[in-house]
Amino acid sequence: MENIIEFKNIVKTYDMGGAEQVMALQGVSVNIAKNEYVAIMGPSGSGKSTLMNIIGCLDTPTSGQYLFNGLNVSEMNDNELAKIRNREIGFVFQTFNLLARSDSLHNVELPLIYAGVPSAERKRRATETLQHVQLGDRIHHKPNELSGGQRQRVAVARALVTNPSIILADEPTGNLDSKTGEEIMMLFEELHRQGNTIILVTHEPDIAEHAHRTIRLRDGHIESDEPVTRRRTYTAAKAS
Amino acid sequence: MLYFLTELKEGLAISFRAIRANKMRSVLTTLGIIIGIVSVTLMATAIEGVNRAFEKSAEAFGTDVLYIQKFPWVSNDDWSTIRNRRMLEVSFAARIERQSMFSAAVAPVVGTARRVTYINNSMEGAFISGTTSQYLATAGVTLGDGRFFTADEAAGGRPVCVVGATVVENLFPRGDPIGKTIRVAGYPYTIIGTMEKQGGLFGSFTADTRVFVPLYSFQNQFGGRRDVTIQVKVADLKQLDDAKLELEGIMRSLRGLTPGKANDFNINQQEILTQTFAPISLVIASIGLFITGLSLFVGGIGIMNIMFVSVTERTREIGIRKAIGAKRRTILIQFLSEAAALCLIGGIIGLAIAFPLSLIVDKFLPTAMPLSVVFISIAISLVVGLISGFLPAYRAAKMDPVEALRYE
Repeated sequence: MENIIEFKNIVKTYDMGGAEQVMALQGVSVNIAKNEYVAIMGPSGSGKSTLMNIIGCLDTPTSGQYLFNGLNVSEMNDNELAKIRNREIGFVFQTFNLLARSDSLHNVELPLIYAGVPSAERKRRATETLQHVQLGDRIHHKPNELSGGQRQRVAVARALVTNPSIILADEPTGNLDSKTGEEIMMLFEELHRQGNTIILVTHEPDIAEHAHRTIRLRDGHIESDEPVTRRRTYTAAKAS
Repeated sequence: MLYFLTELKEGLAISFRAIRANKMRSVLTTLGIIIGIVSVTLMATAIEGVNRAFEKSAEAFGTDVLYIQKFPWVSNDDWSTIRNRRMLEVSFAARIERQSMFSAAVAPVVGTARRVTYINNSMEGAFISGTTSQYLATAGVTLGDGRFFTADEAAGGRPVCVVGATVVENLFPRGDPIGKTIRVAGYPYTIIGTMEKQGGLFGSFTADTRVFVPLYSFQNQFGGRRDVTIQVKVADLKQLDDAKLELEGIMRSLRGLTPGKANDFNINQQEILTQTFAPISLVIASIGLFITGLSLFVGGIGIMNIMFVSVTERTREIGIRKAIGAKRRTILIQFLSEAAALCLIGGIIGLAIAFPLSLIVDKFLPTAMPLSVVFISIAISLVVGLISGFLPAYRAAKMDPVEALRYE
C-alpha cells in the first residue's frame, strides 16, 4: 500500500540551555499508509507530542528524513510547511482550539482562506462540511454558544474542509465526557470508513482501541507497533 | 496578487473584530494618534494662516509699487547712521511725476493717528492719511462703495474722506456710511467712499483702519512739516528695477547729493517683506511641525505598545492560525493591518475634531485647513500605524507554532 508518511531514523533534540540537551526522539522509523487508522500511545515524556508535531509539520526533525506523500518535509522552510499543514493535514486538538470571536462557519472557512479559495466557494464548502458533522443548524454560533462535543465537531469540520491527506487528532476526547467522547470517536470511525487516514495521539487505551494499529512510544523509541486485535467499534458498542 | 488581496481583506476583517472586541482599549490607544493628528493639522492650518495673512498683507503694498521713504522697511544698518535723515517733501511727488518715465502714478502720502467720531461712536488711533487723487492707482487696495476724491477736491482741500472697512465697522455698526459726516480730530469730513476690507497682519499699514483725506485738507489741519511717503506705481512690472534706478537718480538730484554720497532715503518694495518673511516662516513651520510631530510619535509608541500586548494575548490564536496553514506573511499582514486600522481610525477622528477647531482658528487668521493637510495626515497616520505595528507583527509572524499552541 502507498505510504503517506515515511519516517527514517528521525531524531529530535531540544536545547535546554547551556550544554544540556534532551533527546525527545532517538531515531524513530515508521511508515503509515493511506487509509490507515493509527493510534500513537505512550506516557507523558515518551516523545509522542514531539512525534505528533513532526508528523503535523509543526516542527522539523533534528536529523533523519521525513517523507510526506514522497515529499521531503524535513528540509522544507516555514512557508512550505505552512502550505503542507494547510492542504494536507487536518488538526483536531484536545482543547478544540477554535477562534473564540468567530462563528462556526468562519472557523471552518479559515483553512480555505489561507488556501486562497474564493469567498463563495469557501462558504459553500464550509457549510457542507458542517452539515456533514451534523452541525448544519449551528453555522452562526460562536464557540461559547456550543457544547464541548459540538465544538469538537466544528474542529473536525475545520480539519476536514480542505480534504487533507491525514487527520491528526491529539487527545480529541480529552476534554469531553465519555458519552460525547464516544460520539466523536464514532465520527472518526465514519471518516475512516469514507477513506480518510487518521492518526490519533492518546494515552487512553479505551480510545486507542478504536484504531486499527497502535504505535507505543517510550523514552523516544518505538516500544511496539502492532495491529489492534480487540477492536472497539462504535457500531459494536451500540449493539451491546 | 489576488491571494494577497484575500489576505489583506481577511487581515482587515480580523482587525476590526479585534478592535471591536476591545473597544475601550482601542479608544484609549487611538487617543494618542487622535491628539497627534489634531495638533499636527491645527499647527499646519495655523502656519498656513500666518502665511496667507502675510501674503495678503504684502499684497496690499502691491508688487508693482515702490515706496520712497526716509527709512528702509527692513534694515541691518546701524540706526544711528540713518536716524538723522531729512524728511521727504510733498513737492517731490510732482517732480517725480514730471521726470519719471517708468512710473504710471505717483502719490505723496502723509499720515497721523487720530481719534475719529460719528455721533456717539468713536475710534481711537485711526490712521489719517493725506494724499492725492492718484493714491488709489498706487496702492493694492480697491474701492468698495462710492468714489475716491478727485484731483480738484484734493487740490482744493475739500472736507471729504474715504474710509477703511474697520473704520466703517466702528463708526457705522449698521452700515450705510456714504454721505455721513464724521469728525476727524474734531474737524468734519463727509464720507464719499469706502475701501474694501483687506485684513492682514500689519495693522496700521492696511487700508482698513485708515481715513483718506485730501492732502491739502490734511496739511491745513495737521500742519505741513510731516514726513512723506511717495508711492510710485510702475507702468510695467518688468521694468521695476529700471524704475528703481531712475527714481534713485531723481531723488538724489532732488536731495542734491553729490556723487559718492550715500542715499539718505530708501526705495522700499513688497519683495523686501516677502524675502524677509520667507525664512522666518520656514523656521516657524519647521519648529511647529516638529513639536506637534512629537505628539504623533508618542501616539505611535502607544500603538506599538498595545500591539505588543495584543500579540502576546493572542499567542494561542496565532498558533492555531499557523497550524491550519497561515504563513508568516499572513500573520504579519494581519497585525500590520490592525495597527494601521487603529491609526487610520485615529487619524480620521483626529481630522474630524481638527476641522471644526480650524474654523475657530479662522476667526483669528485668514485660513482654512488645506486639502493637502487632510490627505497628508491620513497618509501619516497610516504610515505611523505601519511603522509602529511592524515590530509586534514581526514578532507574531515568526512565532514557533508549537510554542504558540502550548501558550496558556
